[in-house]
Amino acid sequence: MEFELNEDQRMFKEAARDFASERLAPLAQEFDEKEEIPKEIYKELSELGYLGMMLPEEYGGSEMDFLSYILVMEEFAQACAALEISISVHNSLVCDAIHRFGTDEQKKKYLPRLAKGELFGAYSLTEPTAGTDAGSLKTTALLKGDHYLVNGTKTFVTNGGIADVVILFVLTNPEAKSKGISCLIVEKGLEGFNVGAKEKKMGIRGSDTRELSFEDCKVRKENLLGEENKGFKLALILLDPSRIAVGAQSVGIAQAAFEEALKYSKERVQFGQPICNFQGIQFKLADMATQIDAARLLVYRAASLHERKIRCSREAAMAKLYASEVANWVVNEAVQIHGGYGYMKEYAVERYFRDARVTEIYEGTSEAQRMVISRDLLK
Amino acid sequence: MWLSEKHEKFKMKIREFAEAEVEPVSAQIDEDAEFPYENVKKLGEMGILGMVVPEKYGGTGDDMITYAIAVEEFSRVCGSTGITVAAHNSLAVYPLYLFGNEEQKKKFIPPLARGEKLGAFGLTEPGAGSDAGATKASAVLKGGHYVINGSKCFITNARVAETMVITARTDPAKGSKGISNFILEKSMPGVKVGKKENKMGLRGSDTGELHFEDVKVPKENLLGKEGEGFKQFLITLDGGRISIGAMALGIAQGAYEKSLKYAKERKQFNQPITKFQAIQWKLSDMATQIEAARHLIYAAAWLKDQGKSYIKESAMAKLYASEVGRWVTYQAIQIFGGYGYLREYPVERYFRDVKLCEIGEGTSEIQRLVIAREILK
Repeated sequence: MEFELNEDQRMFKEAARDFASERLAPLAQEFDEKEEIPKEIYKELSELGYLGMMLPEEYGGSEMDFLSYILVMEEFAQACAALEISISVHNSLVCDAIHRFGTDEQKKKYLPRLAKGELFGAYSLTEPTAGTDAGSLKTTALLKGDHYLVNGTKTFVTNGGIADVVILFVLTNPEAKSKGISCLIVEKGLEGFNVGAKEKKMGIRGSDTRELSFEDCKVRKENLLGEENKGFKLALILLDPSRIAVGAQSVGIAQAAFEEALKYSKERVQFGQPICNFQGIQFKLADMATQIDAARLLVYRAASLHERKIRCSREAAMAKLYASEVANWVVNEAVQIHGGYGYMKEYAVERYFRDARVTEIYEGTSEAQRMVISRDLLK
Repeated sequence: MWLSEKHEKFKMKIREFAEAEVEPVSAQIDEDAEFPYENVKKLGEMGILGMVVPEKYGGTGDDMITYAIAVEEFSRVCGSTGITVAAHNSLAVYPLYLFGNEEQKKKFIPPLARGEKLGAFGLTEPGAGSDAGATKASAVLKGGHYVINGSKCFITNARVAETMVITARTDPAKGSKGISNFILEKSMPGVKVGKKENKMGLRGSDTGELHFEDVKVPKENLLGKEGEGFKQFLITLDGGRISIGAMALGIAQGAYEKSLKYAKERKQFNQPITKFQAIQWKLSDMATQIEAARHLIYAAAWLKDQGKSYIKESAMAKLYASEVGRWVTYQAIQIFGGYGYLREYPVERYFRDVKLCEIGEGTSEIQRLVIAREILK
């Protein structure tokens, strides 16, 4: 076993760290307060190659391996979890989906523009009545000649309002249920494609979450991604890397909260001494650091398996489950260490506390992760 | 539960009012970070703002269990209202009643008890949080008055209160024995209200800074004797902790009820999610822990009503209930899934609100310190 990053990985990580800490971290509070990330930021990201991270050069990508991508996501999340999830979805659920499952034509049409940031992506699986039970979709896409007629409502779509291209999961064969699911590449602006109001969330408020609805929306047949009626499998395949990415996001948030708490505990004087002199605080810090390391290693292991194309649904679920629980535990302790200040929006840990909460919910709740893990254990 | 009929009746009365008047505005006052003046006025009319003092001073003279029930019921629908009631009663009215002389009681308590004025308690300073004895605010006796200088932070009701009890150092050489408590009024020259805090939760409650610049306070406004301030605020906090515990309990109860209802309605995999053992056990644990917290709180309140020592018990009740509150609201969000993360659904607010209960009136770390001290003495 090796526990060292290679040179490329180190380089990607350091570059991301510099950019995230200098450019993103100072703006994160504003993104949160205004519930918006300005377009210019995305432009900068595209110029730096962060919108086509894992794509080959021929499509304008940065050719990162998967672990490098995970390292970058961790660094970004440490600075701003809202921005991180937005570009994580774009990279691993849109660019990567089209790259892995798209036809040559689809790749040529979409990937260079996605990598350049001319197009931005969203991924849409969840529906109001199909959350954890993702196989029970109701949105239909019936083939009528050269197009599908899409009808239905999707919810909790990250990037819903800012995306130009949506990876949309629909029922092409309603009788077959989860075996009748297909995936379409849908472009915004089509008639019958409606974008709902921006959701007001507890945290990751800079990220744009929306409901999308479709009323007799015509999507051309050639926009089918992958095979017809094999879409559910495709969704599940894409979930592994995206769960690992949420694990990385959790680790990033936890690391940020830990660092703030460590710093504060050295500065804050009570009872005539820095509070880090008290054993109660020392042991908290020790537990935070230990758990973050454990979570990070689980995430990196899953990333390494995925990179080597080894099936890793269980490991990805474990990494996501554990890292998200650690993140929530760590942010809570970080708030405790800050005392009253930790409850105030002036202090970053207040935001970390709210941001971390979503990591146990999206890309499969902790309950869904436990389902995946136990199913794998018991098979 | 083993509530008396009288307590049960009171609980239902408060619940009815809370659901009809308080709950409908709870999301809005959170979103707008706006103090619910209208409702607080109604609370005054109902006697909720003078629960801990006898009728003689304009109060209702309720026992501690009744008071805990009130805080619990308001918090069940709105944490901001819960803490406003708790801070006013436990931290402003109660120390006046406990440590004031007859003249002070007659002068300051009735308007507070009737809700004509609101009260605040100024203890915490930027450099004196858990170490509340490190107070830097000073009070220097000059002729017939004290001149007070200093700053207080994280003060509940800072902007809305007109009467406040504050701690200041009367003798810099005596450490914690050099602290005294004073009754201040907002109208006194030199009392300034600082910035309003932008908080994670309890956003409808008012939290702010107080600044004192050469505030001339009549000698008669000294609460008790010089040097008794430290002891007084410890006693005040012992009682206050029961109400913060009750607040956490109420928030937990509200979150539990809402998630139970949702779990019965929400269908996944063709059945209500209550059919899944993982959800059932979550609900079982939530209900069990809430009951345990409730018993700890009522027991501490009962001890207080009996005139018995309740220092350890109130710290335990507050520590446990606030941790249960966080855990229960956390699970409530899990049960709601993605919806639980949206501000449209109340459990989102409950989760943010209850976090304060592990911080205010002594962090969980301080509760553990208090408990350990009691156990080891």
